[in-house]
Amino acid sequence: MDFIFSEEQQQLRDSIQKYISKEYGFEARKAIMASAQGFSDKVWAQFADMGLLGVAFDEAHGGFGGTPVDTMLVMTELGRGIVVEPYFSTVVLGGSLVDLAGSEAQKQAILSEVAQGKLLLAAALGEPNSRYELNSVETAAKRDGAGYVLNGHKAVVLHGESADKLIVSARTAGGARDAKGISLFLVDRASAGVQVSGYRTIDGMRAAEIKLVNVKVGADSVLGEVDQGLPVLERASDFAVSALCAEAVGAMEALNAATFEYLKTRQQFGRPIGSFQALQHRAVDMFIHCEQSRSMAYLASVKVQSEDPKERKRTVSAAKIQIGRSGRSILQEAIQLHGGMGVSNELAAGHYAKRLAMINATLGDVEHHTERFASAG
Amino acid sequence: MDLNYTKEEQAFRGEVRTFIRDNLPKDIADKVLHHKRLVKDDWVRWQKILYKKGWVAPNWPKEYGGCAWTPIQQHIFEDECGYAGAPRVMPFGLVMVAPVIQNFGSKWQKEYYLPRILSSEDWWAQGYSEPGSGSDLASLKCKAVREGEHYIVNGQKTWTTLGQHADMIFCLVRTDSTVKKQEGISFLLIDMHSPGITVRPIITLDEEHEVNETFFDNVKVPAQNLVGEEGKGWTYAKFLLGHERTGIARVGESKRELEQLKNVAAKQLRNGKPLIEDPRFRDRIIQVEVELMALEITLLRVLSSRSKPGPEASILKIKGTDVQQALTELTMEAMGPYALPFRPETRDAAWHGEPVGPEYAASAAAVYFNYRKTSIYGGSNEIQRNIISQMVLGL
Repeated sequence: MDFIFSEEQQQLRDSIQKYISKEYGFEARKAIMASAQGFSDKVWAQFADMGLLGVAFDEAHGGFGGTPVDTMLVMTELGRGIVVEPYFSTVVLGGSLVDLAGSEAQKQAILSEVAQGKLLLAAALGEPNSRYELNSVETAAKRDGAGYVLNGHKAVVLHGESADKLIVSARTAGGARDAKGISLFLVDRASAGVQVSGYRTIDGMRAAEIKLVNVKVGADSVLGEVDQGLPVLERASDFAVSALCAEAVGAMEALNAATFEYLKTRQQFGRPIGSFQALQHRAVDMFIHCEQSRSMAYLASVKVQSEDPKERKRTVSAAKIQIGRSGRSILQEAIQLHGGMGVSNELAAGHYAKRLAMINATLGDVEHHTERFASAG
Repeated sequence: MDLNYTKEEQAFRGEVRTFIRDNLPKDIADKVLHHKRLVKDDWVRWQKILYKKGWVAPNWPKEYGGCAWTPIQQHIFEDECGYAGAPRVMPFGLVMVAPVIQNFGSKWQKEYYLPRILSSEDWWAQGYSEPGSGSDLASLKCKAVREGEHYIVNGQKTWTTLGQHADMIFCLVRTDSTVKKQEGISFLLIDMHSPGITVRPIITLDEEHEVNETFFDNVKVPAQNLVGEEGKGWTYAKFLLGHERTGIARVGESKRELEQLKNVAAKQLRNGKPLIEDPRFRDRIIQVEVELMALEITLLRVLSSRSKPGPEASILKIKGTDVQQALTELTMEAMGPYALPFRPETRDAAWHGEPVGPEYAASAAAVYFNYRKTSIYGGSNEIQRNIISQMVLGL
């Protein structure tokens, strides 16, 4: 048991920190969010140059063979910078779905392109009635000669509008909530019948509703085994959740630091408001929430690799519960302790708050993961 | 980073578990597991068993009889002991005063007291709090005046835990009232059998006798019982605090109580179904379980850091007691109306009467009220927050 990061890992972390503090300040981020695409191609290309886009992939697929702990380090730094580029959707969730389910040929073709920054992915898993349940899939994939025809509505697909390829969960057999009968498809976003309507998300990113109307795909677009998609979805989702937890910790740290600094500098009644015990103790609770969350993010990034699905699900869901609860607590206290400035969109603090709240609503909130934790036994 | 236990650590856990299985007296474990009343002999017997094995003072340096374990090994040991229902090793001698004597005591104090602490020959108590000095400990008034080769001590200490069993007490006393309050405090080792000492029980909400008031009326204490220098007592007390904070998380015990809570909630019914299957109750258990999982990793992070535990270790006190209290609260609630019957006689191990309601219900409310102490003692959780606020956050 040790909590020490290797020299390479520390370098990785330092290089992202350096980049973000130099190139990705609050104003730069604001300009990026205001652009038509909602993220910066230039930043993305620099991420590729820094090797960030291939951290988790095998060297054989153009990656660096990193572990989930490496992904955790990257995501924590991206969280600290509230980075809006599609790292989570393309590299983490999309990338791991291809990595876990793809054939060697698919991995060769897709992952190396992703690592070079040439290809964007988006995972189209949710539906209007699915909430956070990965097994709740009504989108239909019907055999059509050698290939399939897809019909359905995919909801709140992160970065769905900018993605080159969508990874769509669709039903090839069974009823709407059956565990069996779900298959994964790689669909070009530009395919005929893919109707994408994009929008901004409240935390500064982009997402889309995607309607699939008689979308024809070839047999080679199936990702993984037909009808057996759910276990892969669960594994990829657990990996993605562990990464979100890490991102949340970065955001918590930054938000706490901003709040504590504000407490030290904001003067009322002739003294810094941080000298009042009523506020000090709330600040301490924010600090404790962050440390408990960090502990769970560490644990999740290690146990997500567990061969035992029960241990994996239990730990990852526990981490998401902790992060959801702590994130909510921190963001609300941060806004309150900032006073009026806390509700102003002009301060970074509120933007961290928004991201933390939306992380809870991504891939399962506290209630969802509490249910999952209970059923994992 | 690797959060899996190494092969050696797993083997060590096995060794500890086997030792406890073979050596922890069943009657003692039964008392702990069922919240029966422990008597002095229960603690002493277990400590002597650990002493014989060489495991009673894992925190001590090797040369004094410690184990030279890594912090992770110490954690594994405490975890296993707590989980198995071993009584807590009384901290006052082994964990609190011993490191002070080792670091600041005289040669005589080391040679005389340390072996007696190690063998549990002397039972120690802590003399810190006074009626007027709780969180503001440095305002303490209990006075020691030097007269020749003795100090004459007059005053009162309070919340003396298990002082009714004590042979020795380490006290913070005021030796100088003319200087800054922290600088006039000295650290004295006092024989509890000295003439002039009176111990009066304080009965707590569970109607148990766990704490006391201790009165000093012209008590003669040999000057050789002064630790270190006169006026440096506050420094030694602060040093001692650092030794106290990590064990206070009580992760092993909380794991045990969590498991018991689940067992109990599986037997109690709500709407004809096991209470643990009721989502409202189940979710509250899960909330505590997750906090406990996080706490264990936070504890391991503190233990693994190369430097000594600093003020951030106050997290362990706050979260550890949060979890302990939440578990007692849920356990009491799990009993439903059977939380009401109060029959202290049932907590005697020799009692074999007819229980009112489920057997495990008898102690639930009493333990709940007893555990309210945890967020107050050892530096209240508000004081711990002050420490973090000032020392870590710089507010």
